[in-house]
Amino acid sequence: MILLYLIVILLVGAFLAWIAGKRNPLWSRVISLAALSIDLVLTMSFSFQPLAPEYKWLADIKLDWISEFGISLHLALDGLSLLLLLLTFFLGILAVIISWKEINSKVGFFHFNLLLIMAGIVGVFLSLDLFLFYFFWELMLVPMYFLIGIWGHENKTAASYKFFLYTQAGGLLMFISILALYFIHGRSTGLYTFDYLQLLGTEMSSSTGMFIMLGFLAAFLVKLPVVPLHNWLPDAHTEAPTAGSLILAALLLKTGAYGLLRFIIPLFPSAAVIFAPIGMLLGIIGILYGAKLAFAQVDLKRLVAYTSVSHMGFVILGVFSFNELAYQGVVMQMLAHGISTGALFIMVGQLSGRLHTRDLRKMGGLWEQAPVMGTMGLIFSMASLGLPGLGNFIAELLILIGAFKSSILMSCLASLGLIAATIYSLRILQKVFYGNKNKNWDMNDLTIRERIVSASLVIVIVVLGLFPQPVFNAAKPAILKTLEAQKEKTIPFTESSKDKSSTNNIFFFHRSN
Amino acid sequence: MTIYLALIPAFPILSFLILALFGQKLSRKTTGLVGAGSVGLSALLTLIVAYGFLRSIPEIRSYPVFIWEWVNTGNLKVDISFSLDALSLVFCFVITFVGFLIHIYSIAFMAKDEGFARFFAYMNLFVGSMLILVLADNILLLYLGWEGVGLCSYLLIGFWYKDPENNYAARKAFIITRIGDTAMIIGIIILFLNFGTVNINELMQQASEKWSVGSFVAVITTALLLGGALGKSAQLPLQTWLPDAMAGPSPVSALIHAATMVTAGVYLIARMHVLFSLAPVVQSAIAIIGALTLLLAGFSALAQHDLKRILAYSTISQIGYMFLALGVGAWSAAVFHFMIHAFFKALLFLGAGVVILVLKEEHNIFRMGGLHKKMPVVYITFLIGAASLSALPLITAGFYSKDQILWEAFSSVNGSIWLWLAGIAGVFITALYSFRMIFITFYGEARTQPSFTPGKLMTVPLIILAVLSLVGGFVEMPMANIHLFSRLVDNTLPTVVIKDHGNLEYLFQAVSAIIALSGIYLAYLIYYKKSALAEIYNHGTLNKFFEKGWGFDKLYDMIFVKPIVWLSEIDRDDFFDWFNIGIARLALWINSVLRITQNGKLRWYLMSFVIGIALILTYMLNK
Repeated sequence: MILLYLIVILLVGAFLAWIAGKRNPLWSRVISLAALSIDLVLTMSFSFQPLAPEYKWLADIKLDWISEFGISLHLALDGLSLLLLLLTFFLGILAVIISWKEINSKVGFFHFNLLLIMAGIVGVFLSLDLFLFYFFWELMLVPMYFLIGIWGHENKTAASYKFFLYTQAGGLLMFISILALYFIHGRSTGLYTFDYLQLLGTEMSSSTGMFIMLGFLAAFLVKLPVVPLHNWLPDAHTEAPTAGSLILAALLLKTGAYGLLRFIIPLFPSAAVIFAPIGMLLGIIGILYGAKLAFAQVDLKRLVAYTSVSHMGFVILGVFSFNELAYQGVVMQMLAHGISTGALFIMVGQLSGRLHTRDLRKMGGLWEQAPVMGTMGLIFSMASLGLPGLGNFIAELLILIGAFKSSILMSCLASLGLIAATIYSLRILQKVFYGNKNKNWDMNDLTIRERIVSASLVIVIVVLGLFPQPVFNAAKPAILKTLEAQKEKTIPFTESSKDKSSTNNIFFFHRSN
Repeated sequence: MTIYLALIPAFPILSFLILALFGQKLSRKTTGLVGAGSVGLSALLTLIVAYGFLRSIPEIRSYPVFIWEWVNTGNLKVDISFSLDALSLVFCFVITFVGFLIHIYSIAFMAKDEGFARFFAYMNLFVGSMLILVLADNILLLYLGWEGVGLCSYLLIGFWYKDPENNYAARKAFIITRIGDTAMIIGIIILFLNFGTVNINELMQQASEKWSVGSFVAVITTALLLGGALGKSAQLPLQTWLPDAMAGPSPVSALIHAATMVTAGVYLIARMHVLFSLAPVVQSAIAIIGALTLLLAGFSALAQHDLKRILAYSTISQIGYMFLALGVGAWSAAVFHFMIHAFFKALLFLGAGVVILVLKEEHNIFRMGGLHKKMPVVYITFLIGAASLSALPLITAGFYSKDQILWEAFSSVNGSIWLWLAGIAGVFITALYSFRMIFITFYGEARTQPSFTPGKLMTVPLIILAVLSLVGGFVEMPMANIHLFSRLVDNTLPTVVIKDHGNLEYLFQAVSAIIALSGIYLAYLIYYKKSALAEIYNHGTLNKFFEKGWGFDKLYDMIFVKPIVWLSEIDRDDFFDWFNIGIARLALWINSVLRITQNGKLRWYLMSFVIGIALILTYMLNK
């Protein structure tokens, strides 16, 4: 039942925050903070459960909704969703805190939208009914559109349109696929249902499977995003208010990654294998092209936005590598990227709040005035370039190892992303904090409130980097389950993969005799 | 014992945390005390650990220390755990002791700097990471230390961040070493996937069992690891960052870019010697790269005007000697030269730091001169350092360490007369540029007046290092049959295999002694007696070419930097976005066309009505 409460608390909080905001903006901030904190505590209660060696849901709730069409309110939580929920609530709290001073107009409505997005995200991470999943998927979209369109920067209108159209187009294609899956399953078994667990293992011809999967992929790859479907991202991230960019980068992108792991691989195991080489290639293109674009930007926020394209390339590369290490890497990348890129967006927000510009060419030499902010910039630039000791390194290393098992060439190409990340990350430090002062900015260093936010992010990224084991333990059952579905279904592939491994032999040499 | 071992890197890291968090609030005195004291404590602990270790050798060859489980997923198990053996002991000793002296010196050197606490925080983090690097028992923890020292190197090269030039130098260092590191991480991945472990000892054992000598995978893997070593140790073709790295404060150059970090490549290859022995091609490549680098950098050192750049090229050149030794399988000789080099090169950098500080940031040796009377302590210690660098026979440590390399470059089973010739040519050049530096900086007319006399905090470390640069070699004296150092190191590394050459070793020593002396004599003729030869050479194009480091920077700029910058500039706005713009424009255009049909003018509607009827009638009639 707690799972339902998680969402209800957010929804109730959203309306309360809106109403209260009309009387006193402070109330809506406090209400949002309270709603998210309660959810965080509730979710934490799950993390103390002993982990069963066997795969099982940590919590599972199924209520009838529209039983005529086989639609139910089916929510369930496993280690993977648990990790993502913790990330969601943690960053949600930070999003409220960083908006404390930044958002001053329509405060109630802002928090209404914020909590509604949170509810959508939580729903996406918990739904086991495809119709419900689609409902929450769309629920994230509309309030985000408002968030960008109302509280955004200069070109907010165009950016919010672009964001809406891209994600909506992807979402609709997914909805068609959901319906197709529903009817195919109904026709072959007589049971018309949207339930994920029932739909697993639906028999269909390979071409049908491929088409239906492509519909799902459209939604997830747009969200992730994957080059060439990424164009909404730089605009949306750049124009959104800081809290919006934080949620977009740290959480919304993760719903795409989550969708790949939860739906694409288990529902379409064989189609996914056929798609894998293209998927990995898209990952490489994303890693390198995203990095190249990031390097070229003069708008700091846009730069950080493009780094997401590059980092998410690792996620799709890992997803289509089909092995445990790669999947652990993907989960870790979701968390670490959420923290590190979120932190960079918060830093950009702090900077542009003080300087009223995001133009790198106007910054420079800011370390002198703001050494604490500079230190934060340093730590998270290092996280972004994959410095060992911070979470992103573990993630990218595991993905590279996993990808190497599937394709040596792809893994080696992806590793070039480490060099590219070094180049753009150092550019941030160089242009913002070091060198000449291009203007005599009058700015103060981080306030206490900002220091608490930054310090909490630093602690999390260091803990992820040095003590990642709890994350692996939590994600392991879900990952093994996903891989199991993939292995059962792909007998023809294992044979072709044998051929593949024979070409790998040059790197896996063992002395005969 | 084990707890002491774990504390060796813990103290500097703890001190880093204290300085990073509270550095702003602490007084300079406390900061210096914490910063230098923590390294001092590590040095003390190293002594205690070394005592225990030396007593138990050879029964126990390595001490493992488990701290916590880092990663355990799938078949990847990585611990944060250390292992001490003779090789890491030597490195620990150099890092903590030389590091401690440099920290002491830094208290005086950085006294007036506004980033005093930041400096010590970075330096402590460096020492901690470097200790993790050499103590790590698995290759991923080693990589953590490896990247950690890279970060500190970046931060300290760009320490004076207000000058963009320093930042460019720092960024260059980071990116170039990162290129090597990326090759290295692929090598690590191959090792892990083949053997299912990252523990170095297990890897070496399994590799020697499962891989045959010269197999493709062994060659590829060692070549990739070598990439990392070349980047860190500034060897061909990744050497270009080190001369620019001199933008950092002099103690940084002494600690990071002379004594310790740049020799991490040497450590890596020595640590992985089993693997490299399985790939003779790569090992020969190491020897050749070492030989080429030592010559190339030697010529460049001879052409520099900046005191610190001379030393930087000299460092590249000396590490070239170590690579040469590694390449011929003279493991212990390489490590020996590493230690001696750490003494005399740290000494030279610290001495150069004093000279530059006293002359108010004057780097150009041609604007110095006549300092030998005004700064006798600095002069004498610097002279000792230069003599050790030039391998002045018998009395300096550099002679013993370099001589061992030269002899084994020839006599080892992997050696050849060509490698020896390169090395001996290097000895001549080294002696020449070392004493060119001495004669121009300390003799002749005084072109800049010293502004103050350096205090004890600076001179005492110089004196200690000078003593070590002289007597450090006596632990390994072939003519007196003293082999203390190689006995110790041979507990971890294999002994060099010598071809039978009878008793040629003394002859070779005599030759190299004569060569070194004649190099010094030539320097005396040219730069003290001012022979006309120098003038002609100084203005030649060849000299310019050497000064610019053989044009590598220009080449890389042309084939890597420019194309990448160009590519990113033409596509700043992402040409995939044209697709969206195209759709939007198309929609607008269709809109504008269709709008005509709804313009509310009756004439238009009537006209289109008539035209429509006419078209339909024409069509129907013609059917």
